[in-house]
Amino acid sequence: MSATYERGMNAFKEVLDAPIASFFSSCVHCGLCAEACLFYTETGDPQYTPIHKLEPLRRAWQQEYTLLGKLARLTGLAKPVTDAELAEWSPLVYDSCTLCGRCSVVCPVGNDITYMVRKMREGMSAAGHAPEGLVMATTRAIQSGSPAGVKWVTVQAQIKHVEAEFGFKVPVNLENADYLVLMSSWEILNYPEYLGAVGRILNKAGATWTLAEDAYEATNSGIQIGASDLARELVGRIVNAAERLKVKCVISPECGHAYTAIRWEGPNLMGRPFGFEVKHILEVLDDLRREGRLKLKGTLDTPLTYHDPCQISRRGGVYEQPRTLLNQLAPQFKEMSDSGVMNWCCGGGGGVSANERAEPLRMTVFKKKKAQIEELGVKTMVTACANCRVVMEEALEHYHMDVEMLGLTELVAEHLDES
Amino acid sequence: MSALELLTWARGDGLAIALAICAFGILLRLFEIFSLGRKADLSRPRETSPGSGWRTIFSRSLPPPGLLKRSPVTYIGGYVFHIGFALTLFFFVPHIELVRGLTGLSWPGLPMQVVDIAAVAAILALFAVLASRLTNPVKRYLSGFQDYLAWLLTLLPLLTGYLAFHHVVADYTLMLALHVLSVELLLVALPFTKLFHTVSVFVSRWYNGDIFGRKGVAS
Ligand code: SF4
Ligand code: SF4
Repeated sequence: MSATYERGMNAFKEVLDAPIASFFSSCVHCGLCAEACLFYTETGDPQYTPIHKLEPLRRAWQQEYTLLGKLARLTGLAKPVTDAELAEWSPLVYDSCTLCGRCSVVCPVGNDITYMVRKMREGMSAAGHAPEGLVMATTRAIQSGSPAGVKWVTVQAQIKHVEAEFGFKVPVNLENADYLVLMSSWEILNYPEYLGAVGRILNKAGATWTLAEDAYEATNSGIQIGASDLARELVGRIVNAAERLKVKCVISPECGHAYTAIRWEGPNLMGRPFGFEVKHILEVLDDLRREGRLKLKGTLDTPLTYHDPCQISRRGGVYEQPRTLLNQLAPQFKEMSDSGVMNWCCGGGGGVSANERAEPLRMTVFKKKKAQIEELGVKTMVTACANCRVVMEEALEHYHMDVEMLGLTELVAEHLDES
Repeated sequence: MSALELLTWARGDGLAIALAICAFGILLRLFEIFSLGRKADLSRPRETSPGSGWRTIFSRSLPPPGLLKRSPVTYIGGYVFHIGFALTLFFFVPHIELVRGLTGLSWPGLPMQVVDIAAVAAILALFAVLASRLTNPVKRYLSGFQDYLAWLLTLLPLLTGYLAFHHVVADYTLMLALHVLSVELLLVALPFTKLFHTVSVFVSRWYNGDIFGRKGVAS
């Protein structure tokens, strides 16, 4: 038995808790979770049935924590999980699950399968079966501060650019600000308009805000790979900066998994509740609007729709805010089928977009979104997650679809009433 | 052993043993679940949503948007079976009499014709879901011995009960004994097979509702 295998099995034992035990006990093999999962609906391949992705974890639970399972193992009736099986499951656990959470709202016995996949990845990465792309992204994040290898100098260049374009100073390491603004690598590299947009909106609202030199990256590949120690290290950077600068609220950028990482997993990784608030940028925009500090003018009169990023709507509870904003800004805003908490994933969440091995599958499952867009017939899609946006822009190109993507924050900034 | 002796044993010692194993098994399984514990969630809930777990226990009985169309046999078959089975189990007058004899508790039953329809519907639904299990690629892929065993153990009490009630088989006493025995088999297997979902579903749905509820998502 190799040491990594042992570590993996120990991690399985570690993550198994009462909810997971109840979930495995309740599963009746009804197959409904498959009907909820785009990896099954778009491929028709039953191996992508959500609950099946957890089979090694289920067996570990049964043989470790149930009387009959233990007896079966002792008498040789049940075989322990092998390292080869873990390796075999790696594509199922990492490539064919975006942690989108759709199966978890559908399972009739209430199994939160997504929660279990997240936990199973702890054992998989400990056993050395995480995909290389994700391992590399995580290593880069630990070493350079960002999974894409974006360093502070790159951010500085962007700050200069924003300052020149909009004529305001971007505060860095400012103490006692209302907001600490974070970004994701995607925003730094692909969508530089985000920083300018947030700055203009917050300035106009009369809020104080800052960037932090040692905590600008919001994403957390430690969570996606399933390595809590690395995830803790990454989220710890943000927590330290927020506490050092004594900010009131940390703004998670337009990135779904970053929001989950800081807002929901963060305090649990750190082992203590935070003294500051964590909000997604959409929540902040909605707060400002309600307080009368966000004045908008004009509308965008093209037919458009909104893609709910899974971690922000279904796994995060932010689904009304974007709609309030869009109803104000876009008179021709139309909902996709299955919108809000029942949305379909872009296909690249949960680390799938950083995992090259998964790319062909990711393109295949995009057929779901493609069908949704075509059904609606719009040419503009707004979203609030840079990862969703990159993934969908790639896939739209792959399918030669003439659909433009917009970030909601950017759209709001473009319609700011500057008078 | 004559049919009468078998029936007497089944109604007496047999039932006592089966109930004891079932009760012990349920307690053991619940202990196995809850003893694993659950770490407190330190993130600030979006809203205090007391009761989200309890609400999900009920709300999860309804199909989410779009699913009924994708998997009609699973839902409709599931409803018809569960409701038919429950009506037969709890509202068949002889069953109520049995409970009254054992515990003194009783409640009004349903007319025989209604229970008869419920039982037939439940049996037909069982065959429909079996057909679906054998033909639907996902269910077929997922299913193992246990799934088919659970199906058979559920069918037997309904079938034997129906045959006994309608005196289809000449030896009524034997049929009744077989009916009681099949129920006992079901009781004994319940805690240790997938049939345990009858108990654990309340726990798993509660956790699900609690997890989603604190994020401000009704599920
Ligand atoms: S939907 Fe739930 S009960 Fe049905 S197979 Fe999937 S996990 Fe099991
Ligand atoms: S979380 Fe989403 S991608 Fe993962 S198994 Fe469930 S439905 Fe499929």
